[in-house]
Formats: sequence, structure tokens, C-alpha cells
Amino acid sequence: MAAEPLPELAAVHWRPRADARRLDRTGLMWSATTVAHVVPFIAAGVVLFLVQPLALPVSLASLAHAWVIPELYAQRGANVVRPKVGRVPADAEARSVGLLGDLVGHEVRALHERTGLILERGRLGAWLVGPAGALLVRPGGHRVVCYCVGVNDPALPSGDRIAHLLLALRADEEGFATVANVAFSGAPWRVRRRLAAALRPALEAGRASARRLDTMAMP
Amino acid sequence: MSRLIRMDHTGHTTLAQWTADDQEAVEAAVAAFREELDRGYFAMVSTGEGHAEQVRELPVGAELVIMCLPISGG
Repeated sequence: MAAEPLPELAAVHWRPRADARRLDRTGLMWSATTVAHVVPFIAAGVVLFLVQPLALPVSLASLAHAWVIPELYAQRGANVVRPKVGRVPADAEARSVGLLGDLVGHEVRALHERTGLILERGRLGAWLVGPAGALLVRPGGHRVVCYCVGVNDPALPSGDRIAHLLLALRADEEGFATVANVAFSGAPWRVRRRLAAALRPALEAGRASARRLDTMAMP
Repeated sequence: MSRLIRMDHTGHTTLAQWTADDQEAVEAAVAAFREELDRGYFAMVSTGEGHAEQVRELPVGAELVIMCLPISGG
């Protein structure tokens, strides 16, 4: 029986429902956009230098643009799971983490303690859920999609924020991916280098989980 | 003992507790459940590992019913 769609979808009724094919297509669009940003700047930098070596500073500026623009996109992706300093009382925070712990297994709980992210395997890939966003590592582990999504209540402690997202994800994974805003889609190494060091083990765990998903999907 | 909880600024608040054979407690839980729905909360129950379901009526047999706020893209 198909799961009931998330009621939050009504707020984004114009969006087509996300699925694996749409995610692949979105990924290709992101890659094409990156190429479209990088290639002209590299070409301009090289051609300028060949035509007029004295234009070296301009050539270097052009090459810097080719490097900076994709980096900024990757930074935007990594920001969705960047820990935020909250003003929530410690006891509320601990209580929310306790409830979150009841919703997941021991290994995932341990990963959350170390990284602040919850690993959840779904049909679309391995999810890493944080208080204000989620990373989806696609099966095979070669692409990560960064989603900006959250609960609009600043008083909620981080454990509750994650629990909200986790329950919505479990109830309707494709609906969750539809409601959330894509902040970035690209190679995991591009996001990894922009993540805080404490969060990187979570991405590695997500990639390992996504590689197993890919193996399981093989005939 | 089943519990109805709401995720809020305290971490979570227990709104009702009941057992299926305690009709009075069930009625109190149903009333609390409807009140939260009216306030704009959604109700979620876990339905096995990695699965959850949104419910519109209090599932009396569920161990834990969690009231959640809507999520949105940031």
C-alpha cells in the first residue's frame, strides 16, 4: 500500500513529486551548470594569456572565478548541516536528544553523538539528517544532494528538529525530497571539504551505506 | 502504557497516557489529540524500523504517538 503523502506538499503543489529519475536529472543539470560556469572562465583565462601575456592578472582572475563559483555552490550545500549555536536550555536539548534516540538504533545514535547527524537509509539513498537540512547520498555514493529543510519554530531543541525531519522522511521519503529545497547536488568530495571536520565521518558513513544500497539494487 | 507526546521547546511534553482497557484515559487522550490537531500539529506513529505514518485519529493501540509541526523548505 502506498504511504499517505505528506500534508506539507500542499504548500509546494507546483513542484513535481521527487523520485529517483528526477533526482538523476536534477543531478545532471547541476553538473551541466557547473561545467557552464567553469569552462568559459578557464577558456577566457587561457585565451587572454595566449593573446596578450601582459593580461596575466586578468587571466588569473578569470581562473579564480572558475575555481570560486563551484566552491561557493558546494559551500551552500555543506551549510545545510552546519551546526548552529542555539539558545535552547541544556535540559530541553538533552530531553529532545533522548526522544530522538528512541527513534533510531544504537549505531545511528552513536553517530549522532559524534557528528550531530542521523543516518537513515531510504529508497532514494542514504540520508544524513541534521536540525536544519539533510544530505542525500545517492546509491553508489557518487553524488550527494543537499537539502535545506526544517521546522519553523526557533524554540525547538535540535533533537526535536531532527526528529521532525526524520519522521517526515520515514512517512513519505519522496514527499520529503519534494518539500525540501535543493541547495546543491554534486560529488561528495566537494561537500566533504566544506564540512566541519566533526561532520565528515557522517558523510563517510552515508557513502558506505549508499554503496551497500547500490550493491543491493544490482540484479 | 501508551503515550501521546508533543515535541516542543521543553524537548517534549507528555499530553496523555493510557491503556486500551482504560476508557476514561483513552477519552482524555483522544481529546488531547484532537486539541493538538486543531492547533496545527500533525500526528506521527512509528510503523516499524525506518517507517512512520501520519494519523488523523488516535491509534489507541500505538505505544507512542508524536505530535509534530509541519516541515518546510528553508
